[in-house]
Parts: sequence; C-alpha cells; structure tokens
Amino acid sequence: MNKARQNPLNSFAAHAALITWTVIALFPVVVILINSFKTRKAIFREPLALPSADSFSTIGYETVMKQGDFFLYFQNSFIVTVASLFFILLFGAMAAFALSEYRFRGNTLMGLYLALGIMIPIRIGTVAILELMVQTGLVNTLWALILVYTAQGLPLAVFILSEFMRQVSDDLKNAGRIDGMSEYAIFFKLVLPLVRPAMATVAVFNMIPIWNDLWFPLILAPGEETKTLTLGSQVFIGQFVTDWNAVLSALSLAILPVLVLYVIFSRQLIRGITSGAVK
Amino acid sequence: MTTKSRLHIAVFLAPAVLVYTAVMIWPLFNTLRLALYTSGEEGRVFSGLMNFRTLFGDPRWSESFWNALGNNFWFFIVHMLVQNPIGVALAAILSHPRLRFAALYRSAIFIPTILSFVIVGFAWKLILSPIWGIAPSMLDAVGLKSLFAPWLGKEEYALTTLALISVWQFVGIPMMLIYAALLSIPEEVLEAGEIDGITGASAFWKIKLPLILPSIGIISILTFVGNFNAFDLIYAAQGALAGPDYSTDILGTFLYRTFFGFQLQLGDPHMGSTIATAMFAIILAGVCLYLFAIQTRMRRYQF
Repeated sequence: MNKARQNPLNSFAAHAALITWTVIALFPVVVILINSFKTRKAIFREPLALPSADSFSTIGYETVMKQGDFFLYFQNSFIVTVASLFFILLFGAMAAFALSEYRFRGNTLMGLYLALGIMIPIRIGTVAILELMVQTGLVNTLWALILVYTAQGLPLAVFILSEFMRQVSDDLKNAGRIDGMSEYAIFFKLVLPLVRPAMATVAVFNMIPIWNDLWFPLILAPGEETKTLTLGSQVFIGQFVTDWNAVLSALSLAILPVLVLYVIFSRQLIRGITSGAVK
Repeated sequence: MTTKSRLHIAVFLAPAVLVYTAVMIWPLFNTLRLALYTSGEEGRVFSGLMNFRTLFGDPRWSESFWNALGNNFWFFIVHMLVQNPIGVALAAILSHPRLRFAALYRSAIFIPTILSFVIVGFAWKLILSPIWGIAPSMLDAVGLKSLFAPWLGKEEYALTTLALISVWQFVGIPMMLIYAALLSIPEEVLEAGEIDGITGASAFWKIKLPLILPSIGIISILTFVGNFNAFDLIYAAQGALAGPDYSTDILGTFLYRTFFGFQLQLGDPHMGSTIATAMFAIILAGVCLYLFAIQTRMRRYQF
C-alpha cells in the first residue's frame, strides 16, 4: 500500500540527510571524549585521531580527581534530582487526583491556577525567591533547590497526570468505596499503580532540566558543600581553562552520568513525547 | 458523597498548592512588587515607577536593555529560521514508513538536547577555538580555510554563533514533537491523497504540513518562552559579561548581572526586579498573542 511512497533514490537521500545530521549532533561529544584520553601533545597535534598506545593518557582524569570534589557534586545533583522528582510526582499526583476525581466549587479555577506555571518561567521570580530563601535560612542548602524545582515541575505534572487520571475507570474506584476503602486508600492503592506510565513520563521530562540547571544552583546554592555537578563543572572548568587535559576530562565526566540516564530512559522519554503528553 | 466529610479534597490539594504558591506564584508577584521600590538609607523605599524610568530613560541603562532585547530577538529569530525548519525536515524524513534505523537516528539526534549548557558551551568553545584548530583544519580540508574566524570572539559573529550552537543542541525537541504529530495523521488521509495523485513532496506540503500547523504553533511559543529566559549557554560560553563587548548579552544575562552584581558592578535587587518585570511582560505578551491570535485561528482537524 505504500508503494507509491517508496523509491530507492528517496530512501538513499533520506539516509544521507539523517546520517549527516547524526554526525553533526555527535561530533562534538565524540571529539571531547576521545581527546580526554590523550596526552597534551596528541590533543593538539591530531585532535581527530583516536587515542593510540602512544598518545593514551589519563593525566586529565587524575587532575580532576585530585582537584575537584566531583563525587560530592555528583551526590548533590543526585539528591536534588531524586528528591525533586519524588515531590513533583507525589504532590502532583495528589492534586491531579483531587482535580480529576471530585466535583467541588472552584475546581476549574484551581486547575487554571495550577496551569499558570506551565507557560511562565519560574526564573522571573528569582529576586524574590532568593529573598525568601534568605529569610527562611535555606540559602546554600539543597532544600532551596528541591523546593524550587518541585514548584517548577508541579504545573505540568498536574496537567499531564489529571488527563490520565480521568481515564481511570469509575467502576473500579466505586467498587473500592463499596468495599469500605478510604479515599486515600483508593488513591494510593488503586489509582497510582494505574497511572504509573504517566508518572514515568513526567519524571523523565523533569529529570534532565533539573539535572542540567545552572541558574538556581548559581544563585541559591553556590557554596562548596552544595554545588551541583553542573555548577561544579562550570567552576572547575573556569579555573582550569589552560589545562586542556583537565578540562576535557571534566567535560567527559559531566557528560557521562547524563548519557547513562539517557540510555536507561530514552525509550520512556521518546514514548512520552510521541504519545502526545505535551499536546 | 455530599454527606461525607470532604476534608480529603483539601488534603490532596494542599501540598501542591502550598509549594507552588509559596515558591512560584508568591515570589513572582513579589518580584513585580519589588520593582516599585529602591533601597534608601533606611532599607526599602517605595518609589513608584522610578526604576522603570531609570531603565528606559537613563541612557546607561536603556542602552544595555535595548541591546539585550535586540540580541534576544535575534537569538529567537535564528531559532525560528534554523532550528524549527531543520526539526520539521528531520521529522518528515524520520516519519517515512519503513525507514530503517529510525529509532537509532532519533536517539542519536536527541543526545545534544540532554547535555547541560555547560558541556555544550565549553565543548563548542574548544572546537571553535583557533588555538586547538579543529574548526580551521576541517575547513582547510574542504578548501574553505579563508572563511575561518574566531567566531565566538568577534562582535559581529558571536551572537549568531551562540544561537546556532543552541539550535544544534535543541533541534531534537521540535523534531520529536513534529514526529509525533506526523505519526498521528491517519493512513486513510494519505491514501486518499495518493489516489488523487498526491505523493512524495507534494503530499508533505499539501496534506501533512497543514495538519501539523498546530504543533508548529506550540513549538514556536515554546521556543519563544525558552529563548526569552535563556541564560545558561551564554553564561557558560561567554561569562556573565556576555562578551565581546556585550555583543551576546541577552535579557537573562543582563538580569543576572544587574541583580547579582558582577566584578565591579554591585548587585541591585530592585533594578533586577525591574528587568524581571520587563521579561515577564514580554513573555506574557508572546503567550497571549499565541493563545488569542494564533491558536484560536488555527484550524484543527478531528479524525
């Protein structure tokens, strides 16, 4: 049935175009990764060559390990991302359940109120957010970041999750009610397990922007103890501008965790985007 | 239902509403309010619209502001003209039925999008650096060495170069969204076109493109909002001074410098709020224009 749309020349051109862009997309990443394993001389003499027995060196990684607290930064990023995702999902799902399940006065208005934040970036409020965090003593704690990212992620989470919760069958919930389940039990035991795919989509959408954010760590938590990996590598690279081995290794180390996350979650992410969750 | 206690509704709503109100909505309005104050001898003094008069009237401020705003518009235009057409083209190719390795291409092309701005900014800075010589030697290989210039260091090229780097990073998002929209076009519609002799490129222009226009609208507004609060890439690649000579300064970096202070300049939360208010107005105007002028006029097709 697709014959009219199939022809070998077209398919050749299609692959050529896609391969070209794939090469453009991956080229910088590959250049950084291969050069991080080379000696300084080889980095400059043949930047595009793979590391050979001659030019192989891990001196950059040694510098990074000695100088930067990359393990601490990684841990901070990890705590912030996981905790924010937990609160976004828990609070977002609860609110989405209230909005989609119950009729009460102000329901639509509440939905609109919570949806406001989808289009308006939270960064606009930075001045007052910093002031709030100073007043509450949360500056330079990971809690400041967790709260901000939770607030930032909630609007879209509530929006997506309530769409999905409307599809959960009423009969199931009513059966639970007849069996004497409380509303809380219905939410946690019946509804949450059913919307797990939607929760995964929300989690994946939020994960990467939180992990990569530079603005709020820079402003709310720039202290040595609370630096995230993104901010930590920014500062580290800034200090070692002339030490190319160290810079390339630091970049590679910063790429690695995101790449691993992506490999684990890419199917979920792509399914989330293409299933129309953001339409 | 009505006789039961309805406390649980409040319990379900409370955490989200509290966090959202306290950390997002309240600070947002507080920032708009702070724009009306200045710091005087005894703390905060109400000063009405004076900050705005300074921002638009004082040549030192207004020059930086218009420079940042103009740069921001150029940044946005480059995204609209380069990122979105490439994204649509890639999606159109990818959605071709029976294309082999489609999943592989899709995943690979999306990789730059997941990298942080810090990585992207520095990686490109190194590649374009005349010291390392990757870019010049590659141009040399195709005989175009004379075209090379230290793009990030030249006032006339730096902003466009950064915009193109950002395009490189984010092309995956329009690609994915358009790809999803293209997949949702039912086969019957395309077959009906085929029977009428519309295939290949003309099928794309005459059938698919009109059907994905709503998605292109969404991408445009996402690009707009994203570009007008962009900061990270410029900061990572050029620093808070957005050099050379402020030629890559956009509203995000301008806000950061003003609010937080940089080098000799002292931070000023009230002028920072004023700039944030201006950004808020611009973004709100863009979103409203989209919601009322574009989205309502767009025809949606139900299958």
